[in-house]
Amino acid sequence: MVTDHGYKCRITNIVPLSEHERLFQLRIVDPRERELFAFRPGQFLMLEVPGYGEAPISISSATSNREFIELCIRKAGHVTSALYEARPGAFVAVRGPFGTSFPMESMQDSDVLLIAGGLGIAPLRAPLYWIKDHRDHYRNVRFLYGAKEASQLLFTYQFEEWKTVSHIDLHTIVEKPDGQWRGHTGMITSLFDDIAIDPKNTWAIVCGPPVMFKSVCTHLDKLGIPMNRMFVSLERRMHCGMGKCCRCMVGSTFTCLDGPVFDYWSVINLKEAI
Amino acid sequence: MIYKVITKPEFRAFVDALVRANTSYGPRQVDTGRDCEPIYQFMPVSSASDIAFDYTVTTSSAKHLIMPFREELSKFSFRDGDWDQEVHYNAPPIVLFGLRPCDINAINLLDEVMLKGAYPSPYYLARRKNTFIIGMDHLPLPDCFCKSMNRHTTDHGFNLFASDIGDRYFLSINSSKAYNFLKEFETADPTEEDDCLLIERRKLIKQSFKTNVEVTGLPMFLDLEFDSPIWEKWGDKCLNCGSCAMVCPTCYCYNVEEHFETDLESSSKQRRLYSCNLVDFAQVTGGHNFRPRNGDRLKYRYYHHYRGFAVNDNQQICVGCNRCGRTCLASINPKDVINDLRLEKESCMTCVSPSPEKI
Repeated sequence: MVTDHGYKCRITNIVPLSEHERLFQLRIVDPRERELFAFRPGQFLMLEVPGYGEAPISISSATSNREFIELCIRKAGHVTSALYEARPGAFVAVRGPFGTSFPMESMQDSDVLLIAGGLGIAPLRAPLYWIKDHRDHYRNVRFLYGAKEASQLLFTYQFEEWKTVSHIDLHTIVEKPDGQWRGHTGMITSLFDDIAIDPKNTWAIVCGPPVMFKSVCTHLDKLGIPMNRMFVSLERRMHCGMGKCCRCMVGSTFTCLDGPVFDYWSVINLKEAI
Repeated sequence: MIYKVITKPEFRAFVDALVRANTSYGPRQVDTGRDCEPIYQFMPVSSASDIAFDYTVTTSSAKHLIMPFREELSKFSFRDGDWDQEVHYNAPPIVLFGLRPCDINAINLLDEVMLKGAYPSPYYLARRKNTFIIGMDHLPLPDCFCKSMNRHTTDHGFNLFASDIGDRYFLSINSSKAYNFLKEFETADPTEEDDCLLIERRKLIKQSFKTNVEVTGLPMFLDLEFDSPIWEKWGDKCLNCGSCAMVCPTCYCYNVEEHFETDLESSSKQRRLYSCNLVDFAQVTGGHNFRPRNGDRLKYRYYHHYRGFAVNDNQQICVGCNRCGRTCLASINPKDVINDLRLEKESCMTCVSPSPEKI
């Protein structure tokens, strides 16, 4: 496992997603390293722009895709701003994968509820692809996706494919609709009114801004989904990814080692978590 | 472990030979404080005469000699739109002389953090395996509370440990390297009287502790007191300077930074010690700070030292040297903060149940 220095990658493609988000496709340069690289849905990488630094980024691609890694990145800080200057062909490095993952095997033969807010779709894309690759193993799959504005909904070009090829029941919602928006309006929790959930046979994955976790998970709890079948992906500042620098520590837990994927039961027992 | 006794002049000769032949660090008086007390630090030494054998405590711990304040992790060199990364895990051998048991215990704790788990640090390992440690026992200062943390003695983490038994030192030899070095010098097997002297010395050290901090059940206690107003009270005093973490022998939180060289043809990636008391410690990209208030950050430091690590590894990470308390510009020390927490809880109990005298 690569820990202290990363895999050298070439940026093969950059897909603009919104005003502030882009999808970067990276290909590990060394064929042997490319062959060795494997990850689980929910895990993250430390992306390094040499000279600028590293940033923790969730992996947005399919685990079955051994050719390239996709990272959905918002231009927000020092490292991501430097990355936005890079063009296809440029070289960056990745370390990892790090952290825990969504228990996709445990969810088999059950309904799956995927709930994302804004950029929260980035870590959800890997389980989405997983479900697509193993669609027969899952029952009803619902994807609730919300954003502040319609222009902030990401991967809209894939919505039809997810619906028709992967048979995913997709519901979208925006808080502040513009004149063009014809869909649902309001908070993401209002989408629960439209769907029937079988709490005894449902697993939930929730990714989004910290404020979303509490309202969504409380709602799911009220619906009767057990807390150990709800999963969240926490965001913290991570510098090493190896449980050493302590920048991402929450209580006695390292977000990089014990997370970023936690079940909700662990999170509510963790002070300062959400 | 092999035990020997050595006369004090012979021990000085041994130390002299060792530090002359190796890059060595030992306690030296570097200044005098406002209270006219000497200030000691671990500094380079080249002969036994440089070393303050009877030093009390160093202001800063020996941590920086194994885990430097700033350390280069790798170097990038750029050429034609491409780059190469250079990584080295080398460290020259060094001798650390005069570490107290609590300081050795602190290094043992750092070993747990840096060398165990899924990702051992090769940088730390390179330094640690090339470090020869000679420990010495000492009488505690009035504010030391190593005994409360059970860190006032140690049985591992050193090559050689010297206990003062009057005109001689009682040596505990914990490595073949140390045993071989000592072969050149005159030592003797301890007699029954020497054993008695060692036991008396240990008793004296144990009885000399004036400060006691009650840490029993502290992890659970800290959980219960997570929202206690005392964090705000102490947080209001805290200056967020991070001095406590810099002198602490077990604080290891760090930052990773990259810097371009001025020629823009290369850059270096460095690890720099940090402090959880610094305002941006838990701030994420985009500006959100998970611990925005002084009290949140102060609380976190106590949580890491007395709860977090304890839960993870069944032990508390503080060794009770109280360097943080002595260094704190706002006079915050663990004893007062922990006692304050406990006192508040005890007060609560008296509120809800009548004391036996009143029944």
